[in-house]
Amino acid sequence: MFTVFSRILNYGFVNFWRNGWPSAATVAIMVLALLVFFWLIVFNVTTEQAVMSIQDKIDISVYFKTDTPEDEILNIKQSIETLSEVKSVEYISSDRALQRFREDHADDQIITQAVNELQGNPLVASLNIKAKDPSQYVAIAEYLSAPSLTRWIDDLSYAKNQDVINRLVTIINTVNRGGFVMTLVLAFIAGLVVFNTIRLAIYSSRDEIGVMRAVGASNALVRGPFMVEGIIAGLLAAVVSLLVAIPTAYVVAPYVNALIPGFNVFQYSYTHLGELLLYQLLFGIGIGAFSSFVAVRRYLRN
Amino acid sequence: MIAFQSVYKIYNSHATALDNVDFRVSPGEFISLVGRSGAGKSTVIKLLIGEEKPTRGRIFFGQYEVNKLKDNELPTFRRHIGIVFQDFRLLAAKNAYENVAFALEVGGRPQREISDLVPQVLDMVGLGDKMKNFPHELSGGEKQRVAIARAMVHRPEVIIADEPTGNLDPFHAAEIIDLLKKIHQLGTTVILATHDKDIINSIGKRVVTLDRGRVIRDEENGKYILV
Repeated sequence: MFTVFSRILNYGFVNFWRNGWPSAATVAIMVLALLVFFWLIVFNVTTEQAVMSIQDKIDISVYFKTDTPEDEILNIKQSIETLSEVKSVEYISSDRALQRFREDHADDQIITQAVNELQGNPLVASLNIKAKDPSQYVAIAEYLSAPSLTRWIDDLSYAKNQDVINRLVTIINTVNRGGFVMTLVLAFIAGLVVFNTIRLAIYSSRDEIGVMRAVGASNALVRGPFMVEGIIAGLLAAVVSLLVAIPTAYVVAPYVNALIPGFNVFQYSYTHLGELLLYQLLFGIGIGAFSSFVAVRRYLRN
Repeated sequence: MIAFQSVYKIYNSHATALDNVDFRVSPGEFISLVGRSGAGKSTVIKLLIGEEKPTRGRIFFGQYEVNKLKDNELPTFRRHIGIVFQDFRLLAAKNAYENVAFALEVGGRPQREISDLVPQVLDMVGLGDKMKNFPHELSGGEKQRVAIARAMVHRPEVIIADEPTGNLDPFHAAEIIDLLKKIHQLGTTVILATHDKDIINSIGKRVVTLDRGRVIRDEENGKYILV
C-alpha cells in the first residue's frame, strides 16, 4: 500500500518535471483561472463593503412635537427597540440637537449669533432609527404611523426619503444577486477552461495509459500520477496567482478607494493573505485533482 | 494452459473476425500464429489479453477464464503475461531502465529487487549501456529489445509477441526472434503472431495458420504456406 502510494507520488513528480512545457502551460492556464477567482472574491468583498457603507447612511428620523414629554419619547424608544427589524435607536433630545447644531456651525459666526439671540430652543427632540435590512424601513414606518404614536409625532423623515430608500434597496439587492450569479458563472467558466486543458493533456497520454494497462498497472497506479500532476499544478498556480494578484491590487487600490471610500483592496488582500491563499489552494488543487480524475476515467476501460 | 473453445468474434454482419476458433497451447510451447493481414491474428491476441471480449465461446488462461474477467481484474491477470507489440509501445516519458522497472512496479515488487533485476535483464537483451536513454534516443531494434526486456522481467508464464518484427529490418528482426527463442529455452511459453514467411520457416516449431478468421492448419514443425 505504502509502496504503491510512494510510487504514485514519485511518478507524478517525475512526469510533471519531465513534461516541462505542457506542465507549464497547464499551470499558466490555471493561474489565469485563479486570478479570475481571486478577483471574484475581492469583487464580492468590495460590493459588500459598498453596500454596507450605503446601508449605514440610510435611517429614519422621527421628530416629536415640542410638547411631547421626555418620558413619553423614551417609552416610544423602548417600544421601537423591541421590533425585530430594528438594529438601533438613538435618542436626540432637543438640547442635544441644539448642541450638535452649534458644533456643526461653530465656524459660521452669523448662525452662531442668530442662535444666541433666540429665546429658548427651536429644535425638537428626535429618534434616529436604523433597520437591520434596508427593505424593512417600510414596516418600521408603518409601525410609527399608528394613531397612538402620531399624536406625538411631528414629522417622519421616511416620507421624504422614501423614493431614495426604495431605489437604494433595489440597487443593493440587484448588486448582491448579480454579484452572486456572476461569481457562479465566471467561476464555472474558469473551472471549465482548466478542466479542458487537463483533459487535452491527458488525451495526449491516452496511448501511454493503454500501455500501462497492458503491462498490468492497476487503475490507481495509472490514475494516481495524473492526479498528483494536477495537484502540483494547482498548488503552483495558487501561489503564482497570488504573487501576481497582490501587486496588482496595490496598483488598483487608489481607484477602488475613490469608488468606495474607506475600502483598500491592497490592505484587504494583504491582511487576508492566509485566507485568500487557502481559497486559491482549495480551488486550484480541487479542480486539478478532479479534472485529472475524470479525464483519465474514460481511458481506464478495457 | 491456454485454450480457445469455439470462439467467435463478430463485429457486425459484414465483419466476422474469428469464426469458430479452437486450439490449445501447452506450457513451454513455442507457437507461431500466421496468416495474412486481417486473418484474425491480432484479434486472437486481443481476446487472449482481455482487451476485447469474444462474441461467443470461452478462452482459458491457467486458472482464469479470460472472457469472464471484469475490468478491475484485468491488471492482476495481465501480470502473468508479457506482451511485445509491433509498435513497441514504450512509455515515452520514461527511460529504458524505468520502462522495464515499470512492469515490476505495477506488481508491487520491492525497490531492491527491481534495482537488481532490471540491469540484469537489460544486459541480457544487450542494452546494459543504454539504460538511461529515453525511447526517442533508441533505434527501432533497440526499442523492441527494451520492450522484450519489459515483457520478460517479471518472469511471466507466457510471452505474447504481436508482429514484433513488423517495423524492423531483416537483421534486427532476426535478433528479436533469437531473443524470443532464448526466452523460450528458459522455459517460457511464447506465442508469436507474424506474417513473415522467412521467420516462420527459420523457427521450425508449431505453426497455427489462420485465414479469414478460421484455423485452417495446425502443425508441429510447420511451414508458412499461402492458401
